Amino acid sequence: MTTMISISNLSKTYDSGFQALKTVNLDIRRGEIFALLGPNGAGKTTLISIVCGLVNASTGTVTVGGHDIVTDYRAARELIGLVPQELTTEAFETVFSAVSFSRGLFGKPANPAHIEKVLRSLSLWDKRNSRIMTLSGGMKRRLLIAKALSHEPGILFLDEPTAGVDVELRRDMWALVSELRRQGVTVILTTHYIEEAEEMADRIGVITRGEIILVEDKATLMHKLGRKQLTVQLQEAIGAIPETLSGYGLERTEDGHALVFTYDAERAQHGVAELLRDLATAGIAFKDVNTTQSSLEDIFVDLVKEER
Amino acid sequence: MNLHAINAIYRFEMARARRTLTQSIISPVISTSLYFVVFGAAIGSRIPHVDGVSYGSFIVPGLIMLALLTQSIANASFGIYFPRFTGTIYEVLSAPVSYLEIVIAYVGAAATKSIILGLIILATAALFVPLTIQHPLWMLMFLVLTAVTFSLLGFIIGIWADGFEKLQLVPMLIVTPLTFLGGSFYSISMLPPFWQTVTLFNPVVYLVSGFRWSFYGIADVSPALSLGMTFFFLVACIVIVGWIFRTGYRLKP
Repeated sequence: MTTMISISNLSKTYDSGFQALKTVNLDIRRGEIFALLGPNGAGKTTLISIVCGLVNASTGTVTVGGHDIVTDYRAARELIGLVPQELTTEAFETVFSAVSFSRGLFGKPANPAHIEKVLRSLSLWDKRNSRIMTLSGGMKRRLLIAKALSHEPGILFLDEPTAGVDVELRRDMWALVSELRRQGVTVILTTHYIEEAEEMADRIGVITRGEIILVEDKATLMHKLGRKQLTVQLQEAIGAIPETLSGYGLERTEDGHALVFTYDAERAQHGVAELLRDLATAGIAFKDVNTTQSSLEDIFVDLVKEER
Repeated sequence: MNLHAINAIYRFEMARARRTLTQSIISPVISTSLYFVVFGAAIGSRIPHVDGVSYGSFIVPGLIMLALLTQSIANASFGIYFPRFTGTIYEVLSAPVSYLEIVIAYVGAAATKSIILGLIILATAALFVPLTIQHPLWMLMFLVLTAVTFSLLGFIIGIWADGFEKLQLVPMLIVTPLTFLGGSFYSISMLPPFWQTVTLFNPVVYLVSGFRWSFYGIADVSPALSLGMTFFFLVACIVIVGWIFRTGYRLKP
């Protein structure tokens, strides 16, 4: 797989002295959906802003499609569409003219057919002659995406794409990202909604306090860090955990009706079979067992907590 | 050259002018007409000729300059300040556009608007007072150079300003007084010698004088000096704009 964006030794310290990015190294592959996950103020937007040319880096280099973002900025930026986090739109222009403006800005000749296609795909076609100030927040969000797609970019940055949008738009957004993936567009999205990363991303990078602390395939990440829990529902409540079971690190629920066993599903000897056997030996009868797997959210919270 | 981008920004700015036609064309024309009624017809008939030109005609170049300076600054400063204020500037900064192209588009549009305005005022003036233009090419030359120079100044103000108040500050407190005191409504030869010398430090004197020379062949300072000073201001503005983009001043953190 070829590299689409290559970030090496990138750092950013603002004039105020605030260090938004410590040394960041990251490669984004062509055609992948990459989710940059991190709490507020972690440096996600700064990182995107540097790649897109909105913020000057303090040190380090970035290439986009092999083009350096400083020395060969035209070729690099032509590849990129950016959907900013804030709803920054013009007010008096119409939807159609605003999207056409974006296309021209990125050096492409006018192409009303393409603009129509983009507007239709975002359910904005009916609003094409409306002034932007009359649009709802969700519509403005769609408009920003339409502007970013107006020049047929190979890379799309979505900075917090679903912050404050309703369920329907979120679904549409996910569908759109799948469609873009099908067309071979590389998508980088930042989010603090884990659900979103879990739903859409191929790979996940976790950033906190200006450092990328982990980059992993989504499946591997969930595999590697995913803890499983086995809950054993007992036929009769027990007062204390018997001595013979002390090695399992069991937790007894409040009412004593269930035991919870946490284990690593990846290990060959994770102990589930032994536990069930020992339960029988100890004369504890159970009526049901079920297992749960930790979500990306749990993993993320754990990771960021560890860092602190 | 990203010509599509220059075209896009230029047309965007011109569309803005069409939307705000009252503000950008009609109101300056009305206020200029008022000057003609008051100074030209009412008071002007009691004022003797200045250097052989009737007072009403004499003030025409000065009035056009006044409108040209204030409107060039207003157009250009608002054109770049407003996207900064709303945040839509992100799109221009992230586009494959060079700084030169950004300046050509924004300043070009602002200068176009004020040149059109200047010509409309000229046509309006012709309805009120007799006009002669002895050097039409030089007249156009001064018109274009002044419009471009002060649109550049407006662009600089629009980048420097961090509030709507500052946007008004320079035009109101500096440019308008300098224009009024720069011989728009009088020949500086009417002043006592001391104030004549002081006035020569006012850059607008050179613009108005050169422009008036292109109409009537009369001037307070030599036309060559006027032209030289106009170029000097143009270069000064270009240098400042160059510095702004080199350092990313107020645009890129």
